[in-house]
Amino acid sequence: METTEHRIRIVVNGDAYERTVPGRLLLSDFLRHELRLTGTHVGCEHGVCGACTILVDGAPARSCLMLAVQADGRAVTTVESLAPSETELSPLQAAFRKHHGLQCGFCTPGFLVTATAYLRDVEEVPSRREIAEALSGNICRCTGYTGIVDAVEEIAATARESVAAQGETHAV
Amino acid sequence: MPSSWVGAPVLRREDDRLVRGRGRFVDDVHVAEMLHGAVLRSAVAHARIVSIDVTAARALPGVHAVYTAADLGPVNRPFPLPVPHPKLRPRTPQPLATDKVRYVGEPIAFVVADDRYIAEDALDLIELELEELPPTPTLEGALTGTDCILHEELGDNVAARFGQSYGDVDEAFARADVVVRERLVSDRSAGQPMETRSLLAVPDDATGKLTLWDTTQAPHVARRLLATILEISEDQVHVIAPDVGGGFGPKVIFYPEEVLVPFAARALRRPVKWVEDRLEHFRATVQERTQIHEFELAATKEGMLLGMRVKIVHDTGAYVPWGVIVPFITLTTVPGPYRLPAYEAEATVVYTNRVPVTPHRGAGRPQAVFTMERAMDRLAQEVGLDRAEVRARNYIPADAFPYDVGLIYRDGSPLRYDSGDYPEAQRVALDAIGYARFGAEQASLRAQGRYVGIGFAGYVEGTGLGPHESARLRVDTTGKVRISSGAASQGQGHQTTLAQVAADALGMDMDDIVVTTGDTDGVPYGIGAFASRLGALASSAVKIGAAELREKIFRAAGALFEVAIEDLELADGTVRVKGSPSQAIRLGDLAVQTSGAFPGSTLPKDLQEIGLETTAYFRPAQSTYASGFHAVKVEVDPQTGLVQILRYVVSHDCGNAINPMIVEGQVQGGVAAGVGGALYEQIVYDEGGQIVTGSFVDFLLPTAAEVPDAEIHHIHAPTPLNPLGAKGAGEGGTIPAPAAIVSAVENALWPHGDFHLRSFPLGPQDVRRAAFDGGAIAE
Repeated sequence: METTEHRIRIVVNGDAYERTVPGRLLLSDFLRHELRLTGTHVGCEHGVCGACTILVDGAPARSCLMLAVQADGRAVTTVESLAPSETELSPLQAAFRKHHGLQCGFCTPGFLVTATAYLRDVEEVPSRREIAEALSGNICRCTGYTGIVDAVEEIAATARESVAAQGETHAV
Repeated sequence: MPSSWVGAPVLRREDDRLVRGRGRFVDDVHVAEMLHGAVLRSAVAHARIVSIDVTAARALPGVHAVYTAADLGPVNRPFPLPVPHPKLRPRTPQPLATDKVRYVGEPIAFVVADDRYIAEDALDLIELELEELPPTPTLEGALTGTDCILHEELGDNVAARFGQSYGDVDEAFARADVVVRERLVSDRSAGQPMETRSLLAVPDDATGKLTLWDTTQAPHVARRLLATILEISEDQVHVIAPDVGGGFGPKVIFYPEEVLVPFAARALRRPVKWVEDRLEHFRATVQERTQIHEFELAATKEGMLLGMRVKIVHDTGAYVPWGVIVPFITLTTVPGPYRLPAYEAEATVVYTNRVPVTPHRGAGRPQAVFTMERAMDRLAQEVGLDRAEVRARNYIPADAFPYDVGLIYRDGSPLRYDSGDYPEAQRVALDAIGYARFGAEQASLRAQGRYVGIGFAGYVEGTGLGPHESARLRVDTTGKVRISSGAASQGQGHQTTLAQVAADALGMDMDDIVVTTGDTDGVPYGIGAFASRLGALASSAVKIGAAELREKIFRAAGALFEVAIEDLELADGTVRVKGSPSQAIRLGDLAVQTSGAFPGSTLPKDLQEIGLETTAYFRPAQSTYASGFHAVKVEVDPQTGLVQILRYVVSHDCGNAINPMIVEGQVQGGVAAGVGGALYEQIVYDEGGQIVTGSFVDFLLPTAAEVPDAEIHHIHAPTPLNPLGAKGAGEGGTIPAPAAIVSAVENALWPHGDFHLRSFPLGPQDVRRAAFDGGAIAE
């Protein structure tokens, strides 16, 4: 049961890391247990539920379907980067709270990251139907989605520019 | 400060840390020197264990231990049965299989290694010799089969046969104008919270105490069971359920891993963590809902109910980890909101070679409501009445409460509905969905080639059951009130709602109140989250405790200032003598003064009680009965079998709402689970006992694209049974959904009335087949 080890360099939320990792280590486990960034959660480890969604060079990716070595030389953005300070939340995070878009909070980081990229990229104000489809790669078992769609809808109508700025911050 | 925190849609305290990614879920907890576990699980459904050889696994570098049944010693006993029943021949799970395995997923060995990757490598090195036995092929096959008996000493696979009845059923059928009979089936499903089960056991050599971080819905129950099994005092076990990523029922029961992980931690004197992965969850965490229901319903030609007989067969899987709650609740829920003069119901509970079964959101009520509401639809066709009319004729009226159904409920007390307004719930929902004018609308849509239908269903749900719930409250030296409850949270927002209740009862600002849940060290006794009980019970315990604490505060300040209690007031965290501004003390200082300001000091002479703390319990006399009615409009494509929900209307009575935003979140979440349970979420086993739908690729969870935004209308029927007038709100969104949706699909395909849909979940293939068999489509 020999495993190879590899030296990787990765930027996460703007901070540079250099680590030696086993070839088979998942990116989700690397972020959570090596870097102790436990905000990204693991729901299924087969790429369906979206809880592990992060941005890799600005694009949403399932960290459970990537190996840490595949992130060598890349820039990763996780939920921990979204709040502007210890005392403020981003408009999207505040909207999730306002619209009761979370209950247990386990799927929430994946939704926030997915929505951040979506709101950055969407060109016109989307309909609720379009938002629901854009979020259909993230599963929630608690909320029934209404509050989540409400939150994204509010930001889509009002604050897309500031969210877009955030999504760009950590791209390489 | 608002005039009342209770009843206000206060935003949640929990959210700031959760949206920042700073939740603390069990797998987020990191402890030095932590080891990681993995479970070897049976890959076959039914077999004798001939031999297990762990030599190679133990020798793998990085492996610290491999345990089989032989290594566990006396700890490896069947678990105590949490909810006994006199007619049950219980077989409960045990930590590791000894001579037999009885379902795919049953634990056989436990590996502990430096990390999970190595632990899983070690699983592959365990050599297992099994002698396969015939598995139970189907539920009916399990009941009648003689070659597939799971617990051989029982002689067959019948776990229990029990029933209840009231009234004269024979007489009802003798004088009936109309009898309708059907056989209805509900199939297996699984709750699938987003966080799988996780455990971290941290032993402490110095104190002998074990801390168990656990995704459990019932920390005190887990603590008691673990202490019993390890034969140690409860005081030596500390269970913490931190942030938990959804529960819905499956996380309430006690599992083999909750023994394996602490056992290994104590034996190795190292912290041990085990995190279930999702593929494992499909084979290792309880499921629910396979039942066969045969009913006959007797009525007059005006559609008035005379009597009903129901026989159900319930699949309990390989063991009964919790009891026979689900079929018991099904039997007692069937009569629902109707005056049913005579009723006879019987359940047969069957062991099968499948994952064990315990309550999931709804806990047997979705099946019961499906039975009764499909029966009412069938009756409507038989007597030529509109479906809404036949129901309206039979509702228990709003002035008939308290209403004795005639049965004993699952909490052992008589099934007595305390309050509700069933006719109003139906009227509001049907008005909102435009039922009265739907006939014309439907005909016009059909002319355009569109199959649109409306279905509906009502329910009554027992909530808030005992034995009790707890709250301990204390004023700390900073002046904040700290509250610990036996409640445990998996998203319900107790940190917020319990603070709302306390703020009102104390006359304080919510910001000065801090609530923690899910920690057995916080309060000596507690029960936990299941059966929609905490909104009613934990809140009541907090209300009672907060009122007691307020009185203590006033008595203490009265003793300190030597004034009568009536001369005091509490505002802005300070107790003052009215009209005498210099006689004031901040709550934190009062806490210090009343508990001995410094060593060797003297307490105020009139002070009767030391400190500012109290522990309160609320013990309900019986369950309180929530209710509601769902009306659903769907569009069906009979060629593809796809069902799209156009509108979803909910009438919902949960008594008084502590936080309306949170209540609506529970209802909407419940509706999502109901839609999933009606149309998507089906666990399929083959006749060899293998799970066919063993991942999210095959077991479909509804996404935002499938779940409608429910239109929620509140029916106000507070309960006299607790100080808040509150009923449970956690399951009502789910309970009638399968019945309402299936009825809507049938109405879409056969608007003039024809009964074709007899099961749920209803997948596209089921809709297509029914559409074809029933003549709605030609090919």
